[in-house]
Order: sequence, then structure tokens, then C-alpha cells
Amino acid sequence: MLRFLLAKLLYLIPTFIGITVVAFGFVRVLPGDPVLLMAGERGISPERHAELSAQLGYDRPFLVQYLDFLGGLFQGDLGTSLVTKRPVFDEFMALFPATVELAVCAILIATLIGVPVGVIAAIRRGSLFDQISMTGALVGFSMPIFWWGLLLIIFFSGTLGWTPVSGRISLLYYFDDVTGFMLIDSLLSGQEGAFASAVSHLILPSVVLATIPLAVIARQTRSAMLEVMGEDYVRTARAKGLTRGRVVSVHALRNAMIPVITTIGLQVGVLMAGAILTETIFSWPGIGKWMIDSISRRDYPVVQSGLLMIAAIVMVVNLIVDLTYGLINPRIRHK
Amino acid sequence: MPRFVRRLAAVSALALAAAAPAAAKTFIYCSEASPEGFDPAPYTAGTTFDASAHPIFSRLVEFKKGTTEVVPGLAESWDVSEDGTEITFHLREGVKWQSNDAFTPSREFNADDVIFSFDRQGNADNPWHGYLPGISYEYFSAMEMGDLIASIEKIDELTVKFTLTRPEAPFMANLAMPFASIVSAEYADTLAEADRMAEFNNAPIGTGPFSFVAYQPDAVIRYKKNADFYGEAPKIDDLIFAITPDASVRLQKLKAGECHLMPYPSPADLEDIRADENLKLDSQPGLNVAYLAYNTTVAPFDNPRVRKALNMAMNKQAIIDSVFQGAGEVAKNPIPPTMWSYNDAIEDDAYDPEAAKAMLAEEGVEGLEMEIWAMPVQRPYMPNARRTAELMQADFAEIGVNVEIVSYEWGEYLQRSTDPSREGAVILGWTGDNGDPDNFLAVLLSCAATGDGGSNRAQWCDDQFSDLITRAKQESDQAERTKLYEEAQVVFKDQAPWATIAHSTQYVPMRADVEGFVMSPLGDFTFETVDIAE
Repeated sequence: MLRFLLAKLLYLIPTFIGITVVAFGFVRVLPGDPVLLMAGERGISPERHAELSAQLGYDRPFLVQYLDFLGGLFQGDLGTSLVTKRPVFDEFMALFPATVELAVCAILIATLIGVPVGVIAAIRRGSLFDQISMTGALVGFSMPIFWWGLLLIIFFSGTLGWTPVSGRISLLYYFDDVTGFMLIDSLLSGQEGAFASAVSHLILPSVVLATIPLAVIARQTRSAMLEVMGEDYVRTARAKGLTRGRVVSVHALRNAMIPVITTIGLQVGVLMAGAILTETIFSWPGIGKWMIDSISRRDYPVVQSGLLMIAAIVMVVNLIVDLTYGLINPRIRHK
Repeated sequence: MPRFVRRLAAVSALALAAAAPAAAKTFIYCSEASPEGFDPAPYTAGTTFDASAHPIFSRLVEFKKGTTEVVPGLAESWDVSEDGTEITFHLREGVKWQSNDAFTPSREFNADDVIFSFDRQGNADNPWHGYLPGISYEYFSAMEMGDLIASIEKIDELTVKFTLTRPEAPFMANLAMPFASIVSAEYADTLAEADRMAEFNNAPIGTGPFSFVAYQPDAVIRYKKNADFYGEAPKIDDLIFAITPDASVRLQKLKAGECHLMPYPSPADLEDIRADENLKLDSQPGLNVAYLAYNTTVAPFDNPRVRKALNMAMNKQAIIDSVFQGAGEVAKNPIPPTMWSYNDAIEDDAYDPEAAKAMLAEEGVEGLEMEIWAMPVQRPYMPNARRTAELMQADFAEIGVNVEIVSYEWGEYLQRSTDPSREGAVILGWTGDNGDPDNFLAVLLSCAATGDGGSNRAQWCDDQFSDLITRAKQESDQAERTKLYEEAQVVFKDQAPWATIAHSTQYVPMRADVEGFVMSPLGDFTFETVDIAE
């Protein structure tokens, strides 16, 4: 197991270096530069432009800037935002818990609903439930998040008035951040109703963010189950006289979970992408919205370091997934 | 599920009622973006000023609520020398600085604060000049304050003298702008000693109607009433900005009562807002203009009659109806009608494709091919430049002019459009900074603003026009200035360096129980006068 872990860790090094190049290059191949955007309609003289570019260090060759970026990284310095002038790391840490909270809720919803739906659809293949749920999954997968989010807001918050429109908690509650996770902080605050308010604010954005992963997980679970259910050992187990429930839960599900866990792991990347839109619609103060704003302002340090950190997190999650199916399926770790 | 949610909603509603004692009045504003920071000097975005300069700080002079008239602020009065180059301000006595956990002021506002506020922006040797990485003072340099101010002297604790290098009438209006907010020199010293200079931008201390409480990026900004404010005390106790970037979501929040007032509704939602009895809608013409700038140095656009002919071929009312959805008015002058010196006697070029065609023929222009540049972004003065360009394309096709529409990424667009050798006509616009006509006419149309990187996209340099606006800038009598600007607008209309397209209307939706909100012609959102009806 240790060798397996070390090998996986070694793979991360070149991947990480590759990501620094992509993160650094990405924002620079976009046309436009931050100095021009700051000047706006007023325009900026070539002299002033050169002066500001030099002040920010963007007049130097790309390679020098890249090495500077790498050098900073090794010293734990992710740079300073051009717009807010605050350290990128501080900004990231202030916003990241909100994204984690949303993503965890979304992945829980997607897994807790997606896996059972997929299992039932597989067992009752061809039934009405199967047809409805798989059609639903296809619709969910194809749903434009922006439209879907607004639709839910207009219906549940506007027409029915059941859920708040946006934000993380009613603004009438005010307490200091302890962990940055609103569900925990609202409990710690001891203010009556704060936790309920935080939960009610979390429902719609989590559902919206969970929609695509839920669809993918349900479909993946169904096809993995169908494949396993056709295997010899399942037929043998049935022939031995085991109950259908035991065959499904012990023999089939455990084997079917391997591709499903991979899928769930891969959804973390999808969640990060989905978070960008979901956070914008629901005014959710997380890193998705932060990245979008920074890209449109060409805030180079934020975009390159932000991308890097998001990529690093996705890598770590994928590593954990790899390790998890080492646990579920011993054949993988012994390979 | 529904029952669960309903119960949850009931619980939260109860909790809200419990959490808000009847005595404290909380006003929630659904703002559209996060501020860049809280120091008003280094930034340029209106959103930033709404969160920093307006609630927290005050200035020597202020714009009177709802107007662009300059009235006393931290300066109670001022004397201007005969030649207009020396201005002596008599400061208000007894103005208290706000405090926070790290700072308790030991003295009241005085002349040192005024000197510090300007010196840190203009003097590269001031230790505060570069207190944040990559900081620059864009408004200070754009308004040419560095060239303009020769010196600032402290006469006594409550008297400051500004000496200018030349007489400049718009100077007083500049001092009412957000970048000229007065900051505390004592707070700066305290932070410098503690080696926490960045706090100056994160935990602001001012003399304004509200004091800063807390900010969570992209989520919420909290303020409380400044009980020591020198002016009329705000009627609300707590002011909250709920940062909500999407316009449709802002409207839903307003309807749900999660906020009291919002900026920038989508034009498509206006009907819906008017129909909702829980909401009301204020509106006023914006201090802005959208225009199409020809490059007047490139043939055949160097010929005023060619430009005039194109202007006559443009159906501007159709643009107002279809692109602005009625939320705007046709522009005939380069300055908006709400600005003093607007020349209403000028008649716009009538929409007349036949006459336009004949005029082009007279000038020997046939089979003209041209580019129209359309901005890739929505701006307060222009909801959809692409659609506008398409309408112009169709209009110009009627007089035999073939238009190709081009666009670039916004930063590129801004830069390339200043290239003196540019061929195409550019759609762009302007929103006023300080309500002075000079801020439109000199910034956008003076000879000094031509050239690469300048804001005169028409590259138009007319001696008569330049002479008029230069004289107006140096004249201190407003009646005289008005005459000069009115004349300048006649020259502009005659020479037609632009097709003036539209002045957009600003709309502010709010809950029906909101009282006392005053719209600002400059587009600012300020809340010291608002109240919520019981």
C-alpha cells in the first residue's frame, strides 16, 4: 500500500509543474491587459501604460515572469491581487470554505440520491421507474445551470416563498467567522434561528450544483449494476439460494461501486466548474465567482494562483479516490 | 419536503423578527459587485465609491444631494484670489473621526488631514504613496491634480491654502469627487507605527454618515450610523450591502423583501417592476452619452459634410426603441440635458436618408465601405452595442454605404480605438465624473486628448472649439462659462465629429416603504437620507 501511495505521489510532481505552466499561460494568452481595463473609457497614454506595466512587472519577458511566479510559489507566496491589492492566499482562504460547504452538500445530495436511483433502475430494468429516472437524468445532465438556478429561484423563492433568494444566511444575523463554514459558525454563534437560516439558504444552490453530478452518478450506477448483475458469480449466488436483497447489496453493489467511485471523484472537477455559475446566480461568496471576476479583470496573479490551487485540490481529491478503490478492490493496489 | 421547508421558513421568519429589535432600523441595499477596496483614492469603479467614499468619508466640498452643485462639506467656506490661483479653505470645527478596535482618535479633523489626503496621492516621496503593492492614483492623475496643484499650505489648524499653477474652474468640482475624500493622518500614523499599513484599505476610518463595521468579500458589507456625523444624522441605524451580481436575482431578492433597494435593473424587467404594488421605481436621465466617433483625420471622414450625411442617415429613435427599450433619449449634443450649459436651442440633424444620399453624392463619395466598431460589453450608457451597430448597418445600407461590424476584447477595444490611424467609426460613451461640462467636452473632444492612448476617439482637433473650452475652463463666472460651452456645442454640431446616439435613463427600483432616497445625477448610491416607513 505504501509503494502504491508513493508511486501515486510521484506522478503528482510532473502534473503539478504542468499545471503551473497552464495556469500561468492561460490568462496571458487572453487578449487585453489589466492596465487597459483599469483605465476604461478614459484611455491611457503609451507612457503611462508603460510606467504602470513596469510597476507591475509585466514588461519583463514571459520566462522571467514565470520563474518569478514559481520562485514565489516555493516560498509560499502566491502573489497579490492587482485589483484589491490583497494577498491571493488570504482572499482564497476567505472564500474557499463557502465553496467547500456548497460542494460537499451537492456531492452528498448527488450520491445519496444518485446511487439508490441507479441501483433501483438497474434492478427494475425497463420498468416505469427506470424509464422516468433515466429520462430525468438525461434532462438533468443537459440542463443549463444558469437557467435552472433562476427557474428554481423564481418558483421556490418568488412564487412559493419557501426558500430565500440568495446569500448564505439572513443578513440580520451577524457573528464572527470561526471556521468559515456557515453551518458550523451559525451553530457556534448560539443565535436562535441562525442555523435554520443557513440551512434554508443552502438548499437551492446545493440542488442546482448537484443536478449534473446526480444525473451522471445515477446513470453510471445503473450501467455498472447491470454489468455486474450479469456476471457469473451473481448468478451463482442467486443459485445458492441467497435472497435477492443480499445478492444486490453484498455481491453486486460492492463490485459495481468501483466505477461509481471513480465517477464521483471526477465529479469534483465538474463541481468546481459548476460552482462558478451556481455561485454567481446565488450570490454565494466562493472561489468560483472570484475566479470569474478575476478573469474578466485580467487579474493575473489571482487567476494563475487561483487556478493552481483549484487544480491542486482536484488532484488531491483524485488521489484520495485512487486510494479508496485500492481499499475496495485489493487487485488494484497489488497491480 | 414542502412541509419541512415551510416549517423552516416559518422558523427563520420568527427568528428574523426576534433578531431585529424594533428599535434598530436596518436598511439593506442589494449592490451589484464587491468594492475593490475601501480607500477611495486608488480606485475608479462607481461600486467601490458607493461602498467607501460615500458612506464612510467626507470631502472639503460636496455635491448637493441630487445635483452636481458644489456645496460646503468639511470646508465651511472658501475664498478665491483675484487671479483664481489661490483658494483658501476655512475648515469646519469639531468634526470627529470614527474609531475602530485598532484606533481611537486623539484629535478632531484638521488641516493636517487635508494636506495628508492630497500629498499621499501626488507626492512619490510620501511614505503612504506606495503603501499597497502596485497602487496608483488614477483619478488624481486623470484630473491632472499633480500638474494643477503647486502647493498646499497649512495656515492654521482650520485653514488650508491651495495654490494652483493656473486658474481652473472645474477644480472645485474635482474636490467633491470620491478620490478627494479626506482621510485621517493620525490613523495613518497609528497604522504605520504598528506596521499594518494595508489595514488603511481594509478597515477605513472617515468622517462620513456611516462607519465601517465588517466586510465579507463577495457577500456583505456592514455599516452603522455615525452618531457623531457633522451633518444631518442618518435615519437608519444599520446599513447593509448584500452583494448580488445578477440583475434578475437582485430583483427576486427585492420582491422577496430581502433587500430594500437595488441598482441597475434589466430593461426587460421594468414593466414587471411597475406592475408590482410592493415596489416603486425612480428614474432620471443619466449623466452620460453614447456616441459613434468617426476618425476625422482619415478620408473621407475628414470631410464634415460626409460625417453629417451619415448622421442624417441614422435612425436614432429606432435605436432608442429597440436597443434601449425606451430607457433613454436621443442625444443631439455631446453633453446630457441634465448638465448646466446644455444647449437646447440646437436642432438635431433630421433623419432623412434621401437628403443624406444626395449629400454624399455632392461630396463625390460613392460606394463607401466602412467599419463600425461595436463594444463587446454592456455599459451604463449602452445596453447592446452590437445590436446598435446592426441597426446603423441597415440605415447606412439605405444610402449605399456598406458597413462591416468589428469588435475586439474590451481592453483591446479601448486601446485600439485610440489609434490615430484607425479606419473605423467607434461606438463608445462616457459617464460624467463631476458634473462639469469640461469633464465631457475637454476629456472627449479637446486637442489635448487626441493621439495614441487619448480619449478623443474622433481625433478631432478644432481650433475654434478648443479655444472656447479653454477659455471656459479658466473663467470662474458660471454664466460666462455657460455661454462659451453653448457656443462650443454649436461648433460641435456643425463639424459633427461624432454621431451623438443616446443618453440612457437610470432606473432605481425599491420597496414601496422606502422613503427619502435621492437619485444622484452622477449615478452614486447614497443612503444617509433614506428611511423605512413604519
